[in-house]
Amino acid sequence: MISNLDYVTLQQLWWIICSLVGAIFLFLTFVQGGQTLLWQVAKNDLESSLVVNSLGRKWELPFTTLVLFGGALFASFPKFYSTSFGGAYWVWILILFTFIIQAVSYEYRKKPGNVWGAKTYEAFMFINGSVGVLLIGAAVGTFYTGSAFSLNVMNNVSWQYVLGDVNLRGLEAAFSLFNLSLGLFLVFNSRVLGALYLLNNIDLSSFEEFESRLRKAVKTNFICSLPFLLYVVVAILLRKGFGVDEHGVVSMVSFKYFFNLLAMPHLLLLLLAGIGLVVWGVQLGAVKGSNKGIWPAGLGTVCVGLCVLCLPAFNGTAFYPSSFDLQSSLTIYNASSTEYTLRVMTYVALFVPVLVSYIAYLWKQMDSKKLSTEEALDHEAY
Amino acid sequence: MIDVDPSLVGWSRAQFAFTAMYHWIFVPLTLGLSFLCAFFETIYLKTGDEEWKKITRFWMTLFGINFAIGVATGIILEFEFGTNWSNYSWMVGDIFGAPLAIEGMFAFFLEASFFAVMFFGWDRVSKGFHCFSTWMVAIGSNLSAVWILVANGWMQNPVGMVFNPDTARFEMQNFMEVVFNPVAVSKFTHTSTSGFAFASAFVLAISCWYLLKNKHVEMAKKSIVVASVFGLLASVFVGFTGDEAAFEVAQKQPVKLAAMEGLYKGERGAGLVAFGIINDTKIPGDIQDPFLFQVKIPGLLSLLANRDFGSFVPGIDDLVYGNENENIMGVNAMMERGKLAVSDLKIFKDAKKIKDDVTAEAALVRFNVNKEFLGYGYLETPEEAVPPVNIVFNSFHLMVMMGSILPVIFGAFLLFSFKGVLTEKRWLLPAGLASVLMAFLAEQAGWVTAEVGRQPWAIQGLMPVKIATTNLTVTAVQVTFAMFAVLFAILLIAEISIMLKAIATGPEGH
Repeated sequence: MISNLDYVTLQQLWWIICSLVGAIFLFLTFVQGGQTLLWQVAKNDLESSLVVNSLGRKWELPFTTLVLFGGALFASFPKFYSTSFGGAYWVWILILFTFIIQAVSYEYRKKPGNVWGAKTYEAFMFINGSVGVLLIGAAVGTFYTGSAFSLNVMNNVSWQYVLGDVNLRGLEAAFSLFNLSLGLFLVFNSRVLGALYLLNNIDLSSFEEFESRLRKAVKTNFICSLPFLLYVVVAILLRKGFGVDEHGVVSMVSFKYFFNLLAMPHLLLLLLAGIGLVVWGVQLGAVKGSNKGIWPAGLGTVCVGLCVLCLPAFNGTAFYPSSFDLQSSLTIYNASSTEYTLRVMTYVALFVPVLVSYIAYLWKQMDSKKLSTEEALDHEAY
Repeated sequence: MIDVDPSLVGWSRAQFAFTAMYHWIFVPLTLGLSFLCAFFETIYLKTGDEEWKKITRFWMTLFGINFAIGVATGIILEFEFGTNWSNYSWMVGDIFGAPLAIEGMFAFFLEASFFAVMFFGWDRVSKGFHCFSTWMVAIGSNLSAVWILVANGWMQNPVGMVFNPDTARFEMQNFMEVVFNPVAVSKFTHTSTSGFAFASAFVLAISCWYLLKNKHVEMAKKSIVVASVFGLLASVFVGFTGDEAAFEVAQKQPVKLAAMEGLYKGERGAGLVAFGIINDTKIPGDIQDPFLFQVKIPGLLSLLANRDFGSFVPGIDDLVYGNENENIMGVNAMMERGKLAVSDLKIFKDAKKIKDDVTAEAALVRFNVNKEFLGYGYLETPEEAVPPVNIVFNSFHLMVMMGSILPVIFGAFLLFSFKGVLTEKRWLLPAGLASVLMAFLAEQAGWVTAEVGRQPWAIQGLMPVKIATTNLTVTAVQVTFAMFAVLFAILLIAEISIMLKAIATGPEGH
């Protein structure tokens, strides 16, 4: 079957695969969101230990998914990888730093002889959960707002945004209200997911106040996310988009993304279903007293993420547009690997269900019992 | 020619080397310690002896401390290909990106998922499944090494691809050829087994320290037996795979081999330098002696390079300036043809842009004649094709020297352990302590040999490092270099302190 797929189908398939990995990463940012909640919902050492150990059993999943997201983009859309990573240098370097400091924090936080003290590692976790997720949101936002770059005949990137004498190399993404709003929405959404995950994972039977703080966090963070979500959705519907005609010429098109939604109603359905599922999850966690809100809210986040990543890529749209030189903009057709590489990678991707199955099995095995106080206080615990 | 700031290339190179070498402090330990933990736990599963469980959990704690920083520093390299080597990423993303994506899919998730069971699943899953999880972490870690070394092997010996003049990039043509590249195979076997030897030396050293202090004696003795068996097998195997790796270097990267041996004038029946002091002022083409002092083993280099005592091994001068008698084309001749390739490629691209198909077709025909020398067209002088001989020679010999001592140490520990007299041979214990330093030096020196030795190439013969860089300011790279230096110092202090504390505490409480 794969041998029958044509090049265009493979290019589209790989954008969907990359988008799905990216969307799953957004769900897994419940770890990052939970990290930012640590100082807010945990009021003593025991509660802190419960939060950190609950998240600590999953911290590698978003980390690994981010690495896979990067690797999949590198293999399938190398021109995007080189243009964005090389061009928006500082954004990616800062994201990188927030993940380096996260990776050691769980293991080192409580270990005897950790030199810098538990609070330092908790601060590292907070930075990763807030700055890291915000910058990832801002980077995704540039799929809609564009970046100031040009490509020469050999496809070498030149970044053109200069403030005074300083080339900001991507940091200017944070000057856009749209990019910032998308980033802040992701931060608050990850906090909602984080609180829902903690409600689901920790044995809260003797922690009433702790539980009520978590439920309150679900509600307040969801309310905080709404204005940003609203702004992002309205801005997407109203803004001009980077349309590509049949000759590959890029031009600004009014209401491009709105028309994309109409042309691809399945994405509109994904968006609406996603938002509905997140609201359902929040309702379960904040109002109904249930501990299962993470599942609909997580699935909803994947749906919204998939829509946000696919909307600027299909229906004749440039997914990584250049606001400086429209014709340097990247589409999934001019930025992809060759047909041969995409086909090989598609065969490799057939093993993904195996991967998902064992992750789900292990998750079930490890989470069949709630995290107890004894486990959180074990001398080997985080 | 090309407008690249040499100091930008230098700083980008330095940053990548720094982050890679830092990463490589932790990775070989992960590769080997994961298997050692699996061995210890399997013995526990078979015997049911709680002492083995205690031993397993102790070494697992050290593994976990090391694993975290290995993961943290691993993500840097993937990012840096994009941030600092974006031209490289674009030109070879089709080929180089695939192993990285597969590594993420098959290796990282295996490690990440079973890691949680390995550390927190003792009371949540059955004993058998826990042991299985530990094995999966070990296999996942080593699968990760497979794919990254496939990628690295391709850079040293680019196979299974074709240059596409339309896109001006290298494109994959045969995935299996890339995966089973002989350089990648020898790199993986050599690198992973050296990691096993390093981790065995780590266990040996800590156990020896306990014996010297008369602490945790039973645990130390048991750990030494397992580590010595694994270390001996691994370090002997490293020798064989090293021989294979050197043979591949001789065939695919002869300048690197010449630099490894400080060989300037090629010869038949070439000797291997057992020990030597390089003459720092020696440059290619001059008449100075390359060594201030040297001890050679006759014929051995020819045997190593070509499996034939009497064969000719080209020296740096032969490779740079050519040797008609031995039918070796010099770099100067390759540069001439490379410059024609670069020029015809530009004509082809320009003609394509203005849709002048006749000119484009003619340029393409000329380009195809010289395309295998494309990379040489970017060199300024023939001597630029020679890596820093002093660094490559010294690192190679340091690696061999350190690596050669290890099997002797492991063998001695194994012998005295089986005789049951290890605690009586206290004179041997400092050697066990020192083994970890030797293995560490061999690990680092090995990578210096491999990577400095292939300079100036990012992709052997096809793409010099200087055209692989991102168009950044030098200041930007200097700032990130400083950021990495500060962060690495902070993390290393914490890592060492935690590790020392855990070792001082020992297996109590496990």
